[in-house]
Amino acid sequence: MIAPAQYLALAGMLFILGSLGVLIRRNVIVVFMSIELMLNAVNLTLVTFSKMHGDLNGQVLAFFVIVVAAAEVVVGLAIIVSIFRRRQTASVDDARLLKW
Amino acid sequence: MVALAQTTAAPIVEFAWLIPAFPLLGFVMITFFGKRMGRASGPVATTMMIGAFVVSAIAFFQMIDLPADERSFTETLYSWIAAGSLEVSVSYLIDQLTVVMLLIVTGVGAAIHLYSVGYMRGDIREPRYFSYLNLFAFSMLVLVMADNFLVLFVGWELVGLCSYLLIGHWFEQRENATAAKKAFVVNRVGDLSFLIGIFLIVATVGSLDYAAVFGGAGGAIGTATATAIALLLFGGAVGKSAQIPLYVWLPDAMAGPTPVSALIHAATMVTAGVYMVARSAALFDIAPAAGDVVAWIGVATALLAGLIAVAQDDIKKVLAYSTVSQLGFMFVAVGVGAYATGVFHLTTHAFFKALLFLGAGSVMHALGNRTDITQMGGLWRKIPWTMVTFVAGWLAIIGFPFTSGFFSKDHILEAAYGAGENAIWILALVATVLTGFYMTRLVYLTFFGPSRVSEGIHPHESPPSMVFPLVLLAVGSLGMGFLGASPEAGRFQTFIAPATSSEIWHVEVGSSVGGTEGAEQHDILTGFPHREGGLSAGALSTMATVAGLGGALLALFMYGGRRFDWQARRERPSMVWQTVRNKLYVDDVYQFVFTGLGKVGATTLAYVVDLKIIDGAVNNIGVLTARLAGIGRKVQTGFVRSYALAIVGGTVILIGLLLGRTYA
Amino acid sequence: MEQYVFWPTAVLALASALLMLFSTNAVHSALALVVNFFTLAVFYILLDAPFLAAVQVIVYAGAIMVLFLFVIMLLGVDRQESLLETIKGQRVAAFALAGVLAAIVVFTLRTAFDQTPFAGLEQANRAGNTEGIGRLLFSRYVWPFEVTALLLIVATIGATVIGKRRASRDAVAQETADVSEENA
Repeated sequence: MIAPAQYLALAGMLFILGSLGVLIRRNVIVVFMSIELMLNAVNLTLVTFSKMHGDLNGQVLAFFVIVVAAAEVVVGLAIIVSIFRRRQTASVDDARLLKW
Repeated sequence: MVALAQTTAAPIVEFAWLIPAFPLLGFVMITFFGKRMGRASGPVATTMMIGAFVVSAIAFFQMIDLPADERSFTETLYSWIAAGSLEVSVSYLIDQLTVVMLLIVTGVGAAIHLYSVGYMRGDIREPRYFSYLNLFAFSMLVLVMADNFLVLFVGWELVGLCSYLLIGHWFEQRENATAAKKAFVVNRVGDLSFLIGIFLIVATVGSLDYAAVFGGAGGAIGTATATAIALLLFGGAVGKSAQIPLYVWLPDAMAGPTPVSALIHAATMVTAGVYMVARSAALFDIAPAAGDVVAWIGVATALLAGLIAVAQDDIKKVLAYSTVSQLGFMFVAVGVGAYATGVFHLTTHAFFKALLFLGAGSVMHALGNRTDITQMGGLWRKIPWTMVTFVAGWLAIIGFPFTSGFFSKDHILEAAYGAGENAIWILALVATVLTGFYMTRLVYLTFFGPSRVSEGIHPHESPPSMVFPLVLLAVGSLGMGFLGASPEAGRFQTFIAPATSSEIWHVEVGSSVGGTEGAEQHDILTGFPHREGGLSAGALSTMATVAGLGGALLALFMYGGRRFDWQARRERPSMVWQTVRNKLYVDDVYQFVFTGLGKVGATTLAYVVDLKIIDGAVNNIGVLTARLAGIGRKVQTGFVRSYALAIVGGTVILIGLLLGRTYA
Repeated sequence: MEQYVFWPTAVLALASALLMLFSTNAVHSALALVVNFFTLAVFYILLDAPFLAAVQVIVYAGAIMVLFLFVIMLLGVDRQESLLETIKGQRVAAFALAGVLAAIVVFTLRTAFDQTPFAGLEQANRAGNTEGIGRLLFSRYVWPFEVTALLLIVATIGATVIGKRRASRDAVAQETADVSEENA
C-alpha cells in the first residue's frame, strides 16, 4: 500500500523545486514554468487529500486550479511577449527601475 | 466680656467704605484726566486724602463714644470666593487698631500729599506721581481695613506694586529702575512666605476670616501649627518691613522722590508688617517660639542697621537705615507680647520719621538735590524752619525726655526687660546708643558747624506748602507722647488693647499668655509683660534715656569738637570703617549668591541643557531617522528575485511558527 | 503492485523537474516540464482521478506547454543564460531556504508514513469519476464554475489586446474612435 504521505512528500519536493526555480533562474520563461510546476505540485496534494477523505472536493478544486492556471498562462505570456518586443531582453533582472 | 464684632447700630460701619473710596477716586480721576489736570492733580489728590482723613476722624470720634467693649465692627461688601468649603468675602473690620492705623495713614498721608505739591512742582510726570500716591493710599487702607487674610494680602501686594511704581518714578536713570525692581523682587520673597502661611491657614482652619483664625487659635490649631503659621506670616513681614535678611531693598529705595520715602518707607508701608503681627496677636500668643524669633530678628536688625547708619554720608541713606533699625525695635515689642507698645512706637515713629524725611527733602530742595552731608554744614541760619522742625524730629528719635519717642522707645525696652529677655534688652540698649549717635552726627553735620557747601549754591527756605506739613509733624512728634505715657495705663494703650487682646476673639488662652520664664506676668488688659523684682520702671527709663543721650553727646564730641579731625580720618579709613560704610558687604554677598549664581544657572540651562541636550536630542532623532531610513531603503533593490526570496523566506517563517504552535 | 508504478514514476517526476530547473536551453526546460506533467497524470490515475488525468494531459501538457513552446520559438528567448549569479547571496539563500523547506516537509510527514491510510474513492466514484465530479461541479461549485468561465473570456480578450503590436493596436484604437464618431 502506498501511504498518502508518500504522495504528499513528493508533491512537497516538487513545490520546493518550483520555488527554487523562481528564485534562481533569470530567464523569464523558465521562471514562469517553475510557477506552473508549483501549481501542479499543489494539485497533486489536492487530489491526494481527495482520496484520503473519500470525497471528490479535492479533485474539483484541482480542476479549477488547472483552468485558472491556463488563463493565467495566457495573459502572462502575452505580457512577456509585449515586454520582450519592447526591451529585447528576457532576463528578469532587467526590470529593476523601482529601486532605491 | 468683650463682644465680637457687631454689624448693627453705629453709623461708622455705614460710611467706613468711604475712607478708601476717596483715594481710589483720586487715582481713577488723575489716571484718566491727569494730562488735562496738569498741576491741579496735586491739590486734587491732597483733597482726597483730607477727605479720607476727615471721615477717619469722624469714625474715631464716634468710636470713643462707645463703651470699650463694643468698638469692633465688620461689614461685608460682597462674597468673593465660594469654592467648596472655603468662603472669602470682601469685607472690612473697624476696631481700635484699625482706627489708629486709619488716622496715621490718612493724616500723615495728607500731610505728605500737601508737601509733595510743593516738592514735585515742575516734575516731568507730576500727575502720574499723584495718581500713584493716591493708589498707594487706597492700597494701604485696604490692607488695614481688611477682615480676612486674603483681602489683607491683596492690600499687601498692592502697596508693594505702588512702592515699585513710585521708587522708579524717575526711571530714566538706570539706578532708579533697578532699585524699584530690587524692592519688588525682595518683597516677593517675603510674600511667598506669607502666601504659604495663608495656604497653611486654609488647610488647618478652613477659613481666612480673622474671626475664624483667631477664634480657633485656642482650639483647632495646635501649638506647632500655630508656630508654623506665625513664622510664615512673619516671613512676609520680614520682606515688607525690611528686617534681616530682606532689608536690602529699603536703602536702595531712597532713589525715589523724598516724599515717597517719607510716606511709604517710613510711615506706612513698612509698618504693615508690624500691623499684621499686632493684628495676629492671638496667634502669636499661643506660639511663643514664634514670638521669640520675631523679637530676636527685630533686635538684630536694629543693631545691624544702626551700625551701618553710623558710616553713611547720604542723608537719606542714614534715615533709611534708621527706619530699618526702628522697625526692628517695633518687632522687639510685638515679639515679647507688648502689642500695644509696638503700635504706639509705630505711631510715634510715623510722625518723627516722616518729619525727618520731609525735612531732608527740604534740605535737598534748598541745595539743589544734593544729599552728601559731608558737603553740608552751617545751614541753620539759611533754612531755619527746616532746621527747627528737623531738630524736633531728632529729639524725638533719640528719646529726649518727654518727646513722643522718649515714651515709646522706653516702653519697648521696658517690655523686653519685663519679658525676661535680658539679652535682647541689653542689645536694644546698645542699639539705642547707636541711634543717638548716628542721628546726632547727621543733624550736626547737616545743619551746624562750618559750612562745607560748594561755591555757587545758595540755600533757600522751602515754600509754605512744604514747611506747613513739617510744622504739623513736629508738633505731633513732640506732643504725642503724653497720649501713651504709661505702657499699661496710657490712653493710647488702653484704647488699643482690646483689639490686640486674645479675648476679643473669645479665646481661652489660660495662664500661658506668652509665658516663657516663670517670673513673668502680663498685665491683664494690655498684655504688657513685667517681672517680679528686678529694676523698676523708673530705673529702666533712666537707663534708656541715658543710653540715647549718651550716644548723642559722643557724636557731638567727635564731630563738633576740635580734638577729633573726622575729615582727615576719612582720607585713610580703617578696615572696620570701610566695611561698615559698604553696608557690611551684605548686598554684595546677595548679588554674588543670588544674581551671580542665578545667572550661571540660567546660562547653563539655556546654552547647555536647552541648546545641546534638548535640541540635540530632538535634532538627533531626526538625524537618526534619516540614517535608519538610509539603511532601510536598501531593501528596495529593484530585483524581482530578491523580493521573491523575501516572500519565500517569510513563508518559511510562518510555517515554522505554525508548526511550533502545533508541536510545541 | 501500485508500488511498482509509483516509485519509478516518482523518480521520473523528480528527475524531469530537476532537468527543467537546470537546463540552460529554454526548449529543453519546456520539454522536461512536459514529461513532468505526464508523470503527474499517471499519479492522478493511481489516485482514482481519471478525469483529472485526462484534463491534465489535454490542457496542461497539450495546450499550455504548447503555448510556452510557441512563445519560446517565436521570440527566440532560448539564448544561453549566463551562469554567473548577479545578486549576491541569492543562490546561497535560495538553497538554504529550499533545504529548510525540505526539512520541514520531512519532519511533518515523518510519522505519517505508517499511519493514515487512504479512505478510498470507491464510494464517490460509484457512478464513475466524471459523473461524480460533474455532480459536484454543477451543484456545490456552480458559482465558481460560472466565474471561472468569465475569467477565461476575460483572459482571452486581455491576451489579445496585450499581444498586439503597437501599430496595429493604435490602428484598432483609431478605428474604434472613428466608428463612435460616426454613430454619435
